Amino acid sequence: MMHKALFVLPGVGFILLAVFLVRGLFLDPSRIPSPLIGAPAPQFNLPDLGDPSREVTNLSWTGSPYLVNVWGTWCAGCREEHEVLLDIARNHELPILGINWKDQRELALRWLAELGNPYSAVGADLEGRVAIDWGVYGAPETFLVGADGRVLWKHIGPLTVEAWRDEFLPRLQGQGG
Amino acid sequence: MRLRGLCLTVWLALSLPGGTALAIDSEAAFADPAMQARYENLNRELRCLFCQNQSIADSNATLAQDLRREVRDMMAEGRDDADIRAFMTARYGDFVLYDPPLAPRTWLLWAAPGLLVMIGILAVVLVIRRRARNLGDETDGLQGEGEP
Repeated sequence: MMHKALFVLPGVGFILLAVFLVRGLFLDPSRIPSPLIGAPAPQFNLPDLGDPSREVTNLSWTGSPYLVNVWGTWCAGCREEHEVLLDIARNHELPILGINWKDQRELALRWLAELGNPYSAVGADLEGRVAIDWGVYGAPETFLVGADGRVLWKHIGPLTVEAWRDEFLPRLQGQGG
Repeated sequence: MRLRGLCLTVWLALSLPGGTALAIDSEAAFADPAMQARYENLNRELRCLFCQNQSIADSNATLAQDLRREVRDMMAEGRDDADIRAFMTARYGDFVLYDPPLAPRTWLLWAAPGLLVMIGILAVVLVIRRRARNLGDETDGLQGEGEP
């Protein structure tokens, strides 16, 4: 009896290890789960990108779902996802609040003029403090905030049509948005 | 002598990273050396999530600079280390800490080295016992053979 157990044990150990390692192959270590999901969305007041004398805040946005998109003209992935954001703005009628992260105003305004502006409002986060409050560690990142003001989802990296369909839309069901 | 040399090398290799990690900021964040030391220790505990295998003390990525500024500002406000760690984990999760906290979901993680050592010891004990028994059997056998 004992002999058999001793022979089987290394095999069992190997299989266990293999299962973990194989799983590890398909995990993306650059996508870190956000502790913000399920928590109230952090509030912010930022100077408006177009008119810094005005303020952009998400305080008044609670009550219906919205997106928060963190972007910068220095970010290649942001250019990649821009068309998807424009589509969302055109078709889905979900307002997008932009956080322009550590960028230059002129460059950001030119970007929006050239590529189109999917945002209902854009705040300029020059110091990157709001981005830290949102746990942002690389642009682009896109948050879905529910009608109750809680973060429902966070997408890291360029937003794609597939991600929108598979990650965002199911979570929007029952939000009344 | 060679062994002593090897030991010295290993000791040096182990002690260097901690000992010589310099603040990456161009100037000291605090005039008070004790505060500066606390600041540097905290920075070494916090992972730069953008450049994952570096702490925010080692990295000069923009995000690491920003996070160092947050640490500096919170320390200047008089908040303690636990407060600052809580600030970081609330935003970035446990992954931001190089030392994950002891919590039910991390028990296995923390216990794993001890468990593995125990399994190893158990295996060694079993093997030694088996051998001792086999050896005993053999000598018994030999003695048995020797007897008329």
